[in-house]
Amino acid sequence: MSSTALQPGQGSQSPAPALSGIWVAVAAITMSFAAFTSSLIIRQASDDWRHLVLPGILYLNTVIILASSVTLEVARKRISDLAAMRSWLYFTLGLGVAFLAGQAFAWHQLRAQGLYLASSPNSSFFYLLTALHALHVIGGLMGLAYTIRRATSVAVWRVATIEATAVYWHFLAALWVYLLLVLRTRL
Amino acid sequence: MSDASAPVVHQHAAPSKFIWKYVFSTDHKVIGKQYYGLALVSVFIGMMLSWLMRFHLVWTNAAIPGLQLLSKNGAPGGVMTPEYYLSLLTMHGTLMVFFVLTNAPFAGFGNYFLPIQIGAEDMAFPRFNMMSFWVTLVGFLVLIAAFFIPDGPPISGWTAYAPLSAVGKDAGPGLAWGQNLWAISIGLFCVGQLLGSLNFIATTLDLRTKGMTLSRLPISTWAWFITSCIGLLAFAVLLPACVLLILDRVAGTSFFIPAGLVISDHLQPHSGGSPLLWQHLFWFFGHPEVYIAIVPAIGIVSHILMASMRKPLLSVKVVYGSMITIGFLSYMVWGHHMFLSGMNPFSALVFSFPTLIITIPATIITMIWIGSIYGANLRFHTPSLFSLGFISVFVAGGVSGFFLAQPSLDIYLHGTYFVVGHFHFVMGVAAIFGILAGSYFWFPKMTGRMMNDTWGKVHFWFTFIGVYCIFMPFHYLGFAGNVRRYSSFVDDYLQPLLPVHKFITIAALITGAAQFIFLFNLIYSRFKGAPASDNPWDATSLEWSTTSPPPFDNFGGRHMVVRHGPNEYGVNGAHGDFIMQDSPEPEPAGD
Repeated sequence: MSSTALQPGQGSQSPAPALSGIWVAVAAITMSFAAFTSSLIIRQASDDWRHLVLPGILYLNTVIILASSVTLEVARKRISDLAAMRSWLYFTLGLGVAFLAGQAFAWHQLRAQGLYLASSPNSSFFYLLTALHALHVIGGLMGLAYTIRRATSVAVWRVATIEATAVYWHFLAALWVYLLLVLRTRL
Repeated sequence: MSDASAPVVHQHAAPSKFIWKYVFSTDHKVIGKQYYGLALVSVFIGMMLSWLMRFHLVWTNAAIPGLQLLSKNGAPGGVMTPEYYLSLLTMHGTLMVFFVLTNAPFAGFGNYFLPIQIGAEDMAFPRFNMMSFWVTLVGFLVLIAAFFIPDGPPISGWTAYAPLSAVGKDAGPGLAWGQNLWAISIGLFCVGQLLGSLNFIATTLDLRTKGMTLSRLPISTWAWFITSCIGLLAFAVLLPACVLLILDRVAGTSFFIPAGLVISDHLQPHSGGSPLLWQHLFWFFGHPEVYIAIVPAIGIVSHILMASMRKPLLSVKVVYGSMITIGFLSYMVWGHHMFLSGMNPFSALVFSFPTLIITIPATIITMIWIGSIYGANLRFHTPSLFSLGFISVFVAGGVSGFFLAQPSLDIYLHGTYFVVGHFHFVMGVAAIFGILAGSYFWFPKMTGRMMNDTWGKVHFWFTFIGVYCIFMPFHYLGFAGNVRRYSSFVDDYLQPLLPVHKFITIAALITGAAQFIFLFNLIYSRFKGAPASDNPWDATSLEWSTTSPPPFDNFGGRHMVVRHGPNEYGVNGAHGDFIMQDSPEPEPAGD
């Protein structure tokens, strides 16, 4: 988000729009996933619903994305130490990539069981929700990469960028935990 | 007017190359004009589609010269097939609701004027802003492409009810690639609107200039801000609905298609989906969409009325509160579109209650308008006439809403022309009047030239009388049981109603033709209109404190400082009976 925000002195004297923009985006994404959840609840009521057992790697992925939130917070705390902050951001980026790889492996495991997008309503929702979450994670990784690139910019802008990225990244971690519960539980 | 001691905020130069200045521009003013232009193209296409439909309804077997060129299968020899009528119906509704009623009052005027009215140089995220327009434009082109594919446009209406919209080519013309294009187009439109809403909200919250407190925001900015909040949550639900629809259509999933569905003697390979789910998702967006069209118009009309009456509304804060209440309640009433859907009848009662409640804030706003106009020394120029016309059609359309809010009456009226009359008045025509009022009012600021007022008044009276001639008889037709969505009226009980339809068609042709007066006025005035001063309406908000048209950075490097509210009319100001928001003069005594 922050990449397109006005720079300080370009109209706004503070980089606040980046943070506001992220919060607004979080609201919109939450609403979208609420719509998907409503659809899932309605779809679960039909006779053809077969609850599937989720691949075990998803729990490891959950640990990874939660860990990435922690490492991002550590980076945020080290904002005055550029080298340390960058290292922790790279670590977070790596964990994000590992999370995506883990999700891809989960899809591979489901395909090996003969479960595809259209095989059952449950598998439809599984692929759909995890794919959409993964797309948002890719957006988050781009945000992290941008934050690393902007690490040497003026302090006020560096703080704004990392804060906006952190809000989005923590939201993605929370969203994943929510999705895992929704997919795992018959509501 | 400006604070000389304030720093110059503008630090980047205006682009000089044509492509960056007018095409891929990040300037909110250019983007606003682009949205407005897209809405203008869409409204004339949509209007001509309505001409074709009205012509076919009353002269069913007559050939329309040249129509066969648009669709060989849909109009063999120029005579429209019933299916092609439905295709045109779909395209008319989709173009009008999305690309006109959302684009012009919200994205068009909002993009141009919101940043200026708050004293900002641009939107918070200019590149996202540009992206939002271009995604919307691609959505428009994808939709229009449906006219030119062999399959033709879809026949499922602008609401695209499943399972008709979800099953594919077995269900009829336009339901193969035509419907795919529709779903992709609307999905893209949602993305564009989400980016736009995000920008509007962040800009209003963070880029207000010094002294521009929330209570000093002009009412039009309040309306755009509230609309962007409504749009953010509404389009965030329609987008998932489109994703699910596309997956049902191309990936074989069963979100909306039930089991055992046989269409054209072909058992559909789906199971367990819920057609009602589409309706819930669609109308959760669809009803707030009414307010996405109408709240900006309420803001625009209130803004213009105050400048025309030379006094503030009786209570501007109550209007703000009412708009917020409308926005909030708009998410609780979607079920009133579904009284006939097979939904639990108890749910109908639950949705009926907030539907009746939502008329209260709308009535309060109307009463405030009328009470404020009473006794005012109103300036009768074209923008104020269209603002008064807005109030009239808003009331005319709103009153029929009381009938439809009650399930027992809606069951009879829902499938008839009564509903068509209701939503065309309260949503379509009312928002169009808001757009036209805004067009005449802000044209001088956008171009530096005045529109011709005489031709504007001619345009108003043709349009005002015309829309009543078209849409008021719809209510009568509905009471008489005239079903909607039929392409011709061959049943015996409908035959006596044909003269009414002929009257409506002739009125539609004349009223539509009158819109070319506006188009000519718009184009002619752009090049030959009388030069406009910076503040031709003696108005107070910040857009009138800059040149007409505004420079690239809006205020020529000045950092605006706001010292007054936006509604300082009927006071003893230095320049007349008003005080501009950035005026250094003190508050008038007793204010």
